Amino acid sequence: MKRHLLSMNDLDRQDILTILDTAESMHDVQRREVKKLPTLRGRTVVNMFFEDSTRTRSSFEIAGKWLSADVINISAKGSSTSKGESLRDTVRTVAAMGVDGFVIRHGASGAAQQVSQWVDAVVINAGDGMHEHPTQALLDAYSMRQRLGDLEGLHVALVGDLTHSRVLRSNLICLKTLGARVTVVAPPTLMPAGIDTWARREGFDTSYDLDAVLPTVDAVMMLRVQRERMSGGFFPTAREYTVGYGLTRERLRTLQKHTVICHPGPMNRGLEIAADAADAAQSLVLDQVSAGVAVRMSVLYHLFAGEGSLT
Amino acid sequence: MNLLITGADLIGTGRQDLLIRDGVIAEIGSVDSGSRTVDQTIEADGLIALPGLVDLHTHLREPGREDAETIASGSAAAAIGGFTAILAMANTTPVTDTAEAAERVLDLGRLAALVDVQPVGAVTKGLAGEELAELGLMAHSRAQVRVFSDDGRCVADARVMRRALEYVKAFGGVVSQHAQDPKLADHHACCHEGELSGRLGLPGWPGIAEEIIVARDVMLARHTGSRVHIAHVSTAGSVEVIRWAKAQGIGVTAEVTPHHLVLTTDLLSGYDPTFKVNPPLRPSEDVEMLRAALADGTIDAVATDHAPHARHDKEHAFVDAAFGMLGLETALSVVSDVMVGSGLLDWAGVARVMSTAPARIAGLTGHGRPIAVGEPANLTLVDPSATVTVDRETSMSLSRNNPWHGRQLTGAVHATFLRGIPTVLKGGLA
Repeated sequence: MKRHLLSMNDLDRQDILTILDTAESMHDVQRREVKKLPTLRGRTVVNMFFEDSTRTRSSFEIAGKWLSADVINISAKGSSTSKGESLRDTVRTVAAMGVDGFVIRHGASGAAQQVSQWVDAVVINAGDGMHEHPTQALLDAYSMRQRLGDLEGLHVALVGDLTHSRVLRSNLICLKTLGARVTVVAPPTLMPAGIDTWARREGFDTSYDLDAVLPTVDAVMMLRVQRERMSGGFFPTAREYTVGYGLTRERLRTLQKHTVICHPGPMNRGLEIAADAADAAQSLVLDQVSAGVAVRMSVLYHLFAGEGSLT
Repeated sequence: MNLLITGADLIGTGRQDLLIRDGVIAEIGSVDSGSRTVDQTIEADGLIALPGLVDLHTHLREPGREDAETIASGSAAAAIGGFTAILAMANTTPVTDTAEAAERVLDLGRLAALVDVQPVGAVTKGLAGEELAELGLMAHSRAQVRVFSDDGRCVADARVMRRALEYVKAFGGVVSQHAQDPKLADHHACCHEGELSGRLGLPGWPGIAEEIIVARDVMLARHTGSRVHIAHVSTAGSVEVIRWAKAQGIGVTAEVTPHHLVLTTDLLSGYDPTFKVNPPLRPSEDVEMLRAALADGTIDAVATDHAPHARHDKEHAFVDAAFGMLGLETALSVVSDVMVGSGLLDWAGVARVMSTAPARIAGLTGHGRPIAVGEPANLTLVDPSATVTVDRETSMSLSRNNPWHGRQLTGAVHATFLRGIPTVLKGGLA
């Protein structure tokens, strides 16, 4: 396994399966009364969040604590360019205190990769701009695998605001690496630039027609649509978006019985996902949150402790 | 003072000696140094003599950001690069939008005395794109400003651009446009829009945002009967529009940067802000078209867009880091390597795109002249076979944002003469 986790491209198929398998053991720990492993005792992990986040930050924090690491949260929002300090200075200042690892969330694509070149510590990307969010893709894969088994050959649709979604990019890589068939669905204005050549190169499909895709999938992941996108003119109204690309009550009925529904959250109920779909028996939304801690424990374990020290 | 340059290859006429007296070329031919007093002799066997290079597009950071570049440090970098005249863009702090500001740049350039520093005037007050700056007062000042540009920003309002083009006709001015439709490529846009920007999740800067302004502005130039210059052309589509406009007899000229002739968008895949520049690096198809357009004259000139930045302004996340890269010291080597090395241009062509044409566009009468008796001795001696490995640490610039660091280039500036005074000898400051 590589030293940092910056992109899903850092993990090969075997790495992903190893992380998911370990996450299953971690999930057992999560169900214990005393949820503490001594694995990372004496290690210091800094959650450095340049952007607001509730679930990712708390999930990394809990994961670190259950592994006995010293976890420090630094909310660095607004500490970047506006105050004149460079990102390099900001992270090197913290690194100089003797930190073993950084969990970085930043609003700018590539930030975690840049940080990894500036500090000696291990860097985990907890979401960088519109680029990637690898641990989200891992927990999505974990949740789907729990319900559907091996993802090899399964068909997964990724639907919504693809242009601005780091979850999309990490999931595309993760699912392709695991051998799933992927179709991305969005109106043309929310498709990333160059998606056609990208799709040809990596072997996934694109579609503007959600109704045609839904009945054929084993899993559908609805990506959040930010309401402020409407001011950018990406689509005319929320109503029109829902009619075209929302997982509505009507569309829910067109899914196969075994098809699971994922959403990385936070959800816009009524916009990209109807309440009926979010709360359906097929929905993995809460499983995803629960898996988040186990998967992040697994990632921390593999990047910091290495093989053989799991107890 | 008499200076003798022996055995230089004058393009077209072969090896000659040049006798320079009081800043003027006094004799060309086989000069017998024994018959007259010569204060200094420079042996130029194997070297090519070019008219001193002229850069239409440099950013010196004085006034305002003297930590990144001063007029003196930028002048030194220019001289090392073989330049005898550079045009200093107006986007300083404060902006060069008055006669007084322009004269100050001129004077500081004269004080450094390494190249002629010719100020570019802002088109609009404070580069805000709304009201015309005092174009006439700048034109009639001691600085005699002829090139006006809001570079860094596009004059996006068609009415303002129309008025500027009309107004500068009174004193033979030209508007140099930074072509970037701010609605199609806003200030976050930093990566050529395409598969790579999609994968990297970087805000896309589509070629169309440039082309649409180029198309609009050549039509405005036709309508007003004025002259527009397109700064840092970066796409094949812009080349097509310019080619068409020139065929119509429209008063348009264009420049391309050395980096857009070589470097491609895939360099951004590691999120290294050294390669963040505006307009962004483009795919190889655009690069190929730009080279061809420079060779066939559709693009008139090479201009560096030398854009020094303090290290900490580049050490932000990619989208937050400053735009721009150094270019003065490496421009000739890059053009030699990519254009001469490939046979697209001969050395006469290099003289055209790096001296004659830019001097003509800028209205600099003392530069870009033929190498002939009676002409001012603004000269650059080039060693066409020298191979250099670019080392950013050896730069005369105060900044280090050098995208060429570590690259090997063939062709190097050996000496530079400003009105007969050597500013650079053997590749170092004289």
